[in-house]
Amino acid sequence: MNSSNLLTIFFTLAIVQNFIVAQFLGLCPFFGVTKKLSDSISMGMALILVMVISAAACWLITYKLLIPYDMLYMNVVVYILVIATLVQIIEMFVKRTNANLYNAFGIYLPLITVNCAVLGITLINLREEFSLIQSIVAALGGGFGFILIMAIMAGIREKLELADSPKSMRGLPVAIFVAMMLGLTFFGFGGIG
Amino acid sequence: MKVLWKEFTKMLVVSNPLFVVLLGFCPALAITTSLDSALGMTFGLTFCIFFTNTIVSLIRKWIPNVVRIPVFIVIGATFVTIVDLVFHSYVPAIWAVLGIYLPLITTNCILLGRAESFAQHNRVVAAIGDGLGAGIGFGLAIIIISFFRQLFGTGVLSILGHTIVTLPLLNEHPIGIFILPPGAFLVIGLLHALFRRTGVEKSE
Repeated sequence: MNSSNLLTIFFTLAIVQNFIVAQFLGLCPFFGVTKKLSDSISMGMALILVMVISAAACWLITYKLLIPYDMLYMNVVVYILVIATLVQIIEMFVKRTNANLYNAFGIYLPLITVNCAVLGITLINLREEFSLIQSIVAALGGGFGFILIMAIMAGIREKLELADSPKSMRGLPVAIFVAMMLGLTFFGFGGIG
Repeated sequence: MKVLWKEFTKMLVVSNPLFVVLLGFCPALAITTSLDSALGMTFGLTFCIFFTNTIVSLIRKWIPNVVRIPVFIVIGATFVTIVDLVFHSYVPAIWAVLGIYLPLITTNCILLGRAESFAQHNRVVAAIGDGLGAGIGFGLAIIIISFFRQLFGTGVLSILGHTIVTLPLLNEHPIGIFILPPGAFLVIGLLHALFRRTGVEKSE
């Protein structure tokens, strides 16, 4: 992930270092919301929105406030507060301006505050020392990978309901095995060697 | 003392966060590649849950209901920062392995879940027992997972540099998938299926 190339960052975070199957960020909605395809896409959209805005806001705060005043050790507390505030603002904004949009993914917004993918992307951006543009692209890539896996998983799980799996495997265990196969597939994109 | 023990064992076994209530998947999958990192995570998480639960329980009468979640998060984040700094200076090797998953304890469902569903309604002693039980119960679960992953993935079982067991054939030809990310899903899925089979966990 050291390359400064924006496309590389996007695809690394979307596919090779996929948030769900390779870095294990944001697994709670992954097993909770992927029972229906439409739910999982709405959730993913809400997540991308929050991730991109948080990544930009946290970058500004880090480099314009925390580092000049030598307060970087406070980063976790500051980030989580920024994310919680942003989620509240986005929720109010969407509610006022677009009722359809609010109905589509408004209910997922409060959940996103404590989603590790959002705090995760801000911490990854900090550790990789990404610039503002790179941070935003990284957030887009991470979110895209998230939606991709959520959609694939929801599609499979809808069919899985009809499958005759062994009794003790039904429900969660078989969903975890499907996640494992997806993980293996995506691992292949990393290449061999 | 009785209350403390009761809440402790309740969280440890009956409602084990990872195996029974299904909370805290992210770190359970990400850092279980070796026993060392699982132990580090157990220590960090137990420390954070213990103090968050204690403080939330102490100030529970003064937290306004509308802003309780941000308050819990900030209390949690403070202790996570302490753990992060302590690990960074005293055990830098484990700190490096845990990476972003150490600060991510902030958004761990177990940390917030215990504050929200238990500590804010209960006395300090019960909250301490509950917090310790949740932390150590989760710790036991991830130590079991990392035991299998390290044993089959590398063929060698070691804690803090001391080798405990070496499997004869496996240490030359380890089953690599156990150490890779998909291996985490494999082990945790098998464990869940096993628990359902033996009746510890209810099937759907």
